[in-house]
Amino acid sequence: MRLEVRRPGLLSTVQDGGRWGYQGKGVPVAGAMDLPAFRRGNLVAGNEPEEAALEITVLGPTLGVLEGEGIVAAAGADLGFALNGAPAPLLTAVRVRSGDEISFAGPRGGGCRGYLCFAGGVAVPPVMGSRSTFLRGALGGFHGRALRAGDVLETGDLPPLAFAGEGFSCPPDLDLDRSADRPLRVVPGPQDDAFTAEGREIFFSSAYRVTDEADRMGYRLEGPPVAHSRGADIVSDAVPLGAIQIPGHGRPICMLADRQTTGGYPKIAVICSDDVGVLAQRMAGDTVRFVAVTFAEALRWAKEEGDALENLRRARSTWRSRPRFPAGWDASGRWTLTVGERAYAVTWRARS
Amino acid sequence: MVVEFGTAIDRAVNARVQQLRRDLEARPLGGITELVPTYRSLAVYFDPRRVGEGLPELLASRAASLEGSAETGGRCVVIPVGYGGERGPDLPEVARHAGLSESEVVSRHTGRDYYCYMLGFTPGFAYLGGMDETLATPRLANPRTKIPAGSVGIAGAQTGIYPIDSPGGWRLIGRTPLRLFDPDRTPPTLLDAGLWVRFVAVDEGEYAAVTDQVRRGAYVPEVRDREGNHEA
Repeated sequence: MRLEVRRPGLLSTVQDGGRWGYQGKGVPVAGAMDLPAFRRGNLVAGNEPEEAALEITVLGPTLGVLEGEGIVAAAGADLGFALNGAPAPLLTAVRVRSGDEISFAGPRGGGCRGYLCFAGGVAVPPVMGSRSTFLRGALGGFHGRALRAGDVLETGDLPPLAFAGEGFSCPPDLDLDRSADRPLRVVPGPQDDAFTAEGREIFFSSAYRVTDEADRMGYRLEGPPVAHSRGADIVSDAVPLGAIQIPGHGRPICMLADRQTTGGYPKIAVICSDDVGVLAQRMAGDTVRFVAVTFAEALRWAKEEGDALENLRRARSTWRSRPRFPAGWDASGRWTLTVGERAYAVTWRARS
Repeated sequence: MVVEFGTAIDRAVNARVQQLRRDLEARPLGGITELVPTYRSLAVYFDPRRVGEGLPELLASRAASLEGSAETGGRCVVIPVGYGGERGPDLPEVARHAGLSESEVVSRHTGRDYYCYMLGFTPGFAYLGGMDETLATPRLANPRTKIPAGSVGIAGAQTGIYPIDSPGGWRLIGRTPLRLFDPDRTPPTLLDAGLWVRFVAVDEGEYAAVTDQVRRGAYVPEVRDREGNHEA
């Protein structure tokens, strides 16, 4: 399928699961900011969970289908996904054809980042094993940059039975439940001992506000300062996804997809991988709270998330094999099967 | 997960980081996806679905089992540099600050091997240790908006090479025609943590020849074996 970018939206980039494996060489990971939402979108579209998709920010793009036919699924925040001007459902495999127009009417809730996943992914050349766009380094994705009006995107080869999944929706019990405004789960460390006991107490009991300085690299938060016990500099070490570093001014900075690989500020805690996506949907002015959890709990939740994705994949593939009939269709019949010497009578009935 | 070996910039500490890294590369633990060595710690990335709660203890015992086998020697990558002129516009200022002639600055900068503690900050950027302290010069008060890839600079007591075009405030004393970062090459970076680096001054003719070889993809960097684990 070929698509023309008619309007680029605020910040639309090609992202996959990230450029892992090169942090030791100083190369940031990039990748989708809200990985749990992104993976669900891909699975619904019939892809592997980390296939390249468009990450769209607040104001989505308008894309015209120039050629071909395919399946798309929108995931993440509700940014007003529409097909030919009519609202279309999220987390649903929607068929699009040449002449169709995909657009986004504007944010309706659920955050600021959406994903538009195409069956077969977005066909940009992989750079160092990933199709993610690292904007600061102009690396990967669509020519290392965000989409512009006039760009033409190609989707990849359709996965087998792509169209058989048309109309499939993510079952609600496998979708993310982000309705409650719960604190972000964090595992303390690796340098939580670089803060005073009062500082840690303040960090875990305060509400922080997302400032305007919140982008794919990280979110600066505003709120009660956290005091260091011995200076605010450490000898640089690695900065993992979701690390919360606190410089001398005492305000937390949460490090996200485009973070630098190493840094010299002490890290009070690291956000659990699934809750990194929760933070990535917050916008300037939103509040954030933190709650400490253990390493064992964090592992358990990650495993539960893995199971949910596996169940979603299974639901999608079972859907493929289920026969569907036109509306109002009702038929039955009787077959006789002979296996060896024995005859079996099979009666069947199918309804739409 | 981070295995910390110390809290200072220290080659003995960094040697242990490299030791654990090589050991985990040679005898991987299931579920580990990526290792990031830094000055004084090894970050271990893992797939949370494929590791157990005992991972911290497993890593700690693996690190403890390596104690006592300190390394010596190592490999040293030779980096040709054109010093001064438009490639190193701050060479006169560095010389003035150090109270030395420009040629003496070059001879001190090329006079020893530098240890690469880690890569970070930007793709392919090497944190090098061991510069002659007399060359230490403060950063520019007003950073440049664009520094060409390959520029060799000094910031405080550190020296380093800009792997990609970027803004920055380092004092530029020269430039290398080598590509420190090339996403289409395997591996994409020239340097790696645990390697040594030696700068060699080249004249205009040699600079042009190396530039041409790099452009044709024909340049093979010289790598020397080192005898001891010392700087000189």
